Parts: sequence; structure tokens; C-alpha cells
Amino acid sequence: MSEWLPSVFAVLDATLRVSTPLILAAMAGLFSERSGIVDISLEGKMLAAAFAAGSVAAVSGSVWLALLSAVLVSVALALLHGFACITHRGNQVVSGLAINILASGLTVVLGIAWFKRGGQTPALSGDARFSPIELPFAEQISDVPVVGRFYADVISGHNLLVYVAFAAVVATWWFVYRTRFGLRLRAVGENPLAVDTAGLSVSGLRYSAVAICGLLAGIAGAYLSTAQNASFVREMTAGQGYIALAALIFGKWRPLAALLACLMFGFLDAVSIRLQGVELPGIGEVPVQAIQALPYVLTVILLAGFIGKAVAPKAVGVPFVKER
Amino acid sequence: MSTSVSGTGAGDLALELKGITKRFGAVVANRDISLSVRRGAIHGIVGENGAGKSTLMSILYGFYQADEGDISVGGKPARINSSRDAIAAGIGMVHQHFMLVDTFTVLENIVLGAESHALLEPNIRAARAELARLADEYGLSIDVDALAGDLPVGEQQRVEILKALYRHADLLILDEPTGVLTPQEADQLFRVLRSLKERGVTVILITHKLREIMDITDEVSVLRLGEMVAHRKTDSTSMQELAELMVGRALDSTDYSRNEALRADASTGIDVQDLVLERDNGTRRLDGVSLTVRRGEILGVAGVAGNGQSALLDVLSGMTAPTSGRFVINGREAGPDDLPSPSEMRDLRINHVPEDRLKLGLVKAFSAAESSLLGYQRAERFNWRGVLRLKSIRRLCASLMADFDVRPADPRLRSASFSGGNQQKLILARELDKSPDVLLVGQPTRGVDIGAIELIHEKLVEMRDAGCAILLVSVELDEILSLSDRIVVMYEGRVVGEVDGKEADKTTLGLMMANAHQPQQAVAS
Repeated sequence: MSEWLPSVFAVLDATLRVSTPLILAAMAGLFSERSGIVDISLEGKMLAAAFAAGSVAAVSGSVWLALLSAVLVSVALALLHGFACITHRGNQVVSGLAINILASGLTVVLGIAWFKRGGQTPALSGDARFSPIELPFAEQISDVPVVGRFYADVISGHNLLVYVAFAAVVATWWFVYRTRFGLRLRAVGENPLAVDTAGLSVSGLRYSAVAICGLLAGIAGAYLSTAQNASFVREMTAGQGYIALAALIFGKWRPLAALLACLMFGFLDAVSIRLQGVELPGIGEVPVQAIQALPYVLTVILLAGFIGKAVAPKAVGVPFVKER
Repeated sequence: MSTSVSGTGAGDLALELKGITKRFGAVVANRDISLSVRRGAIHGIVGENGAGKSTLMSILYGFYQADEGDISVGGKPARINSSRDAIAAGIGMVHQHFMLVDTFTVLENIVLGAESHALLEPNIRAARAELARLADEYGLSIDVDALAGDLPVGEQQRVEILKALYRHADLLILDEPTGVLTPQEADQLFRVLRSLKERGVTVILITHKLREIMDITDEVSVLRLGEMVAHRKTDSTSMQELAELMVGRALDSTDYSRNEALRADASTGIDVQDLVLERDNGTRRLDGVSLTVRRGEILGVAGVAGNGQSALLDVLSGMTAPTSGRFVINGREAGPDDLPSPSEMRDLRINHVPEDRLKLGLVKAFSAAESSLLGYQRAERFNWRGVLRLKSIRRLCASLMADFDVRPADPRLRSASFSGGNQQKLILARELDKSPDVLLVGQPTRGVDIGAIELIHEKLVEMRDAGCAILLVSVELDEILSLSDRIVVMYEGRVVGEVDGKEADKTTLGLMMANAHQPQQAVAS
């Protein structure tokens, strides 16, 4: 038992690390979509935020300034999306796509212009990155079999943003289901006309929702370039924004279910890294590409076959037109 | 004409409108409207579709702002720029289409927008207590933890009323509140309105059903073509007078009694045996329906919307294959495996006026001429080897328009530009023009104004007298009663009763529609 336990723990540990940006982005998407705004621009927001964080951290050396700038950039893009979709009732998918293209192009152009490293930002170290946090008593109880090891190896030793992501899930759940804002948020995604006739502002609610979405996507982006990695790399989101969106749908727009979906995608990812170069009994060595494709293949299969009927917020994607 | 009800000082007015005018581009939806509603009264507003009732109410509830004119609520001048302002002024509105979030509980729906606490729980707790009190005071009891979407429409409406009362509305506006209710539910609603009145709540009832106006209102105002043409005390007016004021001309009371030439042995037009239509989840839209329609007879299918009438039309018109059961329509036998397509049906001289005219009856973006061709585009008259003969199509449309008084009589106008009544007349003209042997008609006068209703009814009776077998589906009981030779009532996909047209009355039908009626008493009353 003791032989395989460390490698299981290593995979779980990696699962948390790879899941973190997915979780943050899924919660971001949840706020937006629950308010009735389709958000395929999670990808673009994360990418732009990752670039902002990487650049600011490289220049200023402060990870906190980096986080702040990532959030500001992401919120600005979210509000742009809101301006197109809420104020001007534009097509939400087209607007999201435009933001993704904008982010993809602009990060490379600015990166080359500012840092002259082919779109990459300078490598970060020390205070310019989020460093691992040792949770209390991790050292002391690491000798306790299984549970202690689990605490020390899997739970402890991550950077702050990993814990923030999990806190964000709990906070999202609490906001959506336990507060007045949450009630209004859910209502505006289901029946905006009911919200309007109740004397509330549909645009106001939707703008706040996309702003929160921007905030969380910004943190996710900062995590990519200043915590998980030590610099911004072009296209470093690599479709994680879409995977997060898939997890959100897979979780039927519910925070805890979306968290589980993110963890599952993260786990597959972690396993695929682990399996590279390993001889599987009876199969032999599986090509790296096949393993790397595994999470995506499974995503397609799961989304197509196992998710059942995902009932989206009824008004998602429909611009609110006040008319009778 | 437009004298307001005398003997009321400004102090006891719940609502006063002066010179309200609202334009949409060149169209004047409301012109110089003045209205005084006495505190604690039930005040009816009647008018045809398009007379400007909805615009006026939208102005009162802050959807639109009036271009000119003043509003005072409770004697104080009010500026209503949003629903929020309206609520603050004490106005509550029960919209025709309910403003409920289906996935929320009743409690959540009621507190939405009126939460005083940032957390949900205290709001819900306060609302629960307050609703218990309201239930007590007004007899408005309801399961507050049920999901709004699961409630029957009558109770959803009750939630809307409770929403208004929870916000301390003392002026309640109801827009066509009985359109979706059974007669029993409507009675219940009226009891609630009376008890609201007793406790000093002012009620404005917007409707086109004159019987309701006579039953429950104290005063009534009539809108016609955007203008307020009359104010009356209800007990000093009559349905006849109100109808004439609404339409602006004298109406003949028409007798549609059956042409006695209809022989008892008239051959069968539609014979349905044990028709079943299942949804994907196995529940049944049609649950063993059997009925017959003879030639020269109108069979009315009554029922609250959504009890299988639409499914029946879908199957009989060839759009949806039944799960089991058979039917013979104009001599052609049909079943699950050999259902004639709608175009074969047309060739069999079976025509269909669909319930949802915008979805199935015409194409909104088409010109009137193109819409009047739909379904007959392959006929040689209109089609020369795949090329449409536009001239003869326009000629067809022009003659249909003349026959059915479609206005404006312009075949080139987009179908969407016509009013609901004129769209319906055009569809009816198209289908009746082919002098069918069997006619399936769904909701022929939904959203159609009184003048057009008269014409549509006359045309249907003309067809019947010409020997056509007509299946008429309608949720308007008055329509069913005045046109049908026999009436069947549908409930949850089944035919729960059949009544002779002459012996039918509203109460019996209403009870059957709610399935609260013992069949053996069906003919007795």
C-alpha cells in the first residue's frame, strides 16, 4: 500500500493545482450566465489577465500589484462584453468571440513590443510570484498514516490562490442561494421581465454579474502566470476557459456540481501528465499525444452522452428588450 | 360624451388621468385620455384589441412615459418613470402574462424586489408571516413553498395579486385576468376582487369581456381607437350599449342557430377512434379520444388551454402521427403508420386554420400575397414550371381580401404589418376559398376584435350551411356556445363530456372543463 500511496497523493496534489484556474473561471462564468449573459470570453479574459499579471509582476516585482492589474484588465473586458450585450443588446457569442480574438492578438503584440521575447514575459521569482503556503501542523501530523500524509501532501503546500479558488466556490454558493443579490441574480437569468416589473434594474443586475465574473476570471488569469507558472506564455490558457464553461454546463450552473466537474477535468489532466512515458500492462507505452487528448475526448463524450438534459437559465443569451 | 362620473371630489379619487397622449412614431396609441377612478371602486376599462388599453396601462406602470398629460395617484401628482415608481405610488399590476420566475417558490417570487434585508432568510421569514396574514384577510390561501411553475394558472394569478398586496398596493390593475381561467376560477377571482374592494383597495379591470364588466364593476370606461369615448356607471348601462361604444356602430345580434336542413343521417366528415398521442416521456397529450363530426355541423371542442385540444388538431391535420388509434377524415382512413401529410390533407379537401397563426398560419416576413398562397404554391394556376405567377397570386390575394374585408387591402404589404384580426381573416379566406369538405379550426378569434369576430363567425356558419364538417377548437366559451351544434369538453387529453349545443350552458361546461362534473348530470342542467 505504501508504495502506491505517494503517487496517488501526487496525482491528487496536481489535480488541485490544475483545477484551480478551471474552478475560478467556472465560478466567473456562473455569475455571468446565471444573470442571463452567455460568456464564452472567459478564455480571453483569463488570457489578458494572465498577461497583465505577468507583465506587472516582471516590471514591479510585486505579486499583489500583478493580481490587481489582472483583475482590472479582466473586469474591463467583462464590462466591454456587458456594454455590447446589455446596453446594446448585441449577440453574446459574437461579443465573446471578439474579446477572445482581441485578447489572443493583443497579448502577443504587446508582449513582443514590451519585452522582446517572442510574446513571453520575463521569468518571475521571489515576491513576484505566489509561493506555496505551509498550512499549520502539516509538519507535525505528516507522520500520521494516510490522513496526516494526505493533509501534508495534498491539502497543504499550495499557493494562496488555490485556497482562494475553493473559498470562491463556497462564497459563490452562499451569494447565489443565501442572499438578496443571489435571488435577484437567479431571477434575472430566468425571467428578466419579472425582475423589471418588480421594480429592479435588469441592466444594473447584469452589469454587476459580469463585473464579478471579470473579477474571478482575473484571479484565474493571475494564477496562470504568477502562481502555476513563472511567466506569461502566449496562448497559455490553452482552452481552459472553454473547459471551465463545459464544467459549468456539466454542473448544471450550480456551484458545487461545477466544482466537482472542474476537479474531474483537473484529475484527468493530472493523470494524463502522470501517464506519460509509463508502460501500461497489455498496452505498452501510450503515445503522449493520445494521453494529452484524453481530457478533451472525455469532455466531448461526457457532454454528449452523460450529462443528461442541462437546463440553462431560461433567459441566457437573450437580450432584454423592454417592450410589450 | 366624456363626462367623468359626477359627485366625486378630488380627495376620493384613487387615480386621475388628464389629457394623456402617447405616440409611437406617427401612430397615436392614446389620445387625450382622461379618467377618474374612485377610491374603493372596481373600475372596468373595455375596448377592442388595439384600442390602446395596454398602452395606457403600460404608462401607468412605467413601461412607457406619456408624451403629454398628467397622472395623479391618491390625489397627489405622480411621475411614473419605472415600475419602481409605480410600486412606490401604491400601484400593483397583474399582467396578462404572469411575471413569475417558474423555478422559484411562491415565497421567493413574492419577496423578489421587495427584500428589505440583504440576506434571503429574514426576508423569506417575514414574507411567510405576512402571507399568512393576507391569506386570512382576503381568503387568498396558497402553498407558499410550491414552485411557481408547478401551480395551475389560477393560483399563479393569485401569486401575482399577493405580490401586489405584499408591496402594499392600494390600486390594483388587472389586465385581461380571466383569459386563461376556467369559469370557476374566474368566479373565485371575482370573489377575491370583491373582498379587496371591501377593504378599500381600488381595482381597475381591463377586459374585452363585457359580461365580466357587468358582473363585477361599479363604473366602466370605454376606449376606442386610442380615445376614451365614454364613462358609465355600470348599473346604468347595458352590454349592448357597451359593445356599440367599443365598436363605434350598432351591432346586430346574430342568430347562428343551426340550418335545419342538416339531416340526422348526414354523412360523417371526421370519425376518430381511440386516438392516443404520447409525449417522449410517456405521458399522454391525447388519451383515447373518440369523436365524430358530421357534414353540415360544427363540433365545438371546449376546454382550458393545454388539455389536448392542440394535440388533436396536430394529429387530424396530419402534422403529428398519433401513437395509436385510427381516424377517418373525409373518407380517408389514417393511423399511426399511414398519416396523410398536411399537403395530402389539402388535396383531400381537408383544410386547417391553425391555432397559432404566426407560427403555422403565415410567414411574417412574406407579403400578404405570398402568405395567401401558402400551401397552394404548386397549383398550376399560380405556378408555371416552378416559376410563380405573381400577377395571378396578387389577383387571388386581392379577391380574398375583398371577400373577407381584410384591411388594408394591399397584397404587397408584409404579413406582419396587419393586425391580428386581419391576419386571421386572410388565413381564413385562404382556407375557405378552397371550399373544403372538412375544416379544422383552432382559436379562430384569438386576439381578434369584435368587428372581425362577427365576420369570422358568419363565414364559419356559411361553410357549415354549405355542408362542411367543422371541428372548432376554442378556449372562448361564448364562441363555442354560439357556434356549435354539439360540444365536447376535453380534460387532460380525454373527452370528458358531450353536450348538445342548444342545451349547453356555461356552468355545466365550466364544471366539465375542471373535470368536477358528474357525466350523468351533463344534460340535466
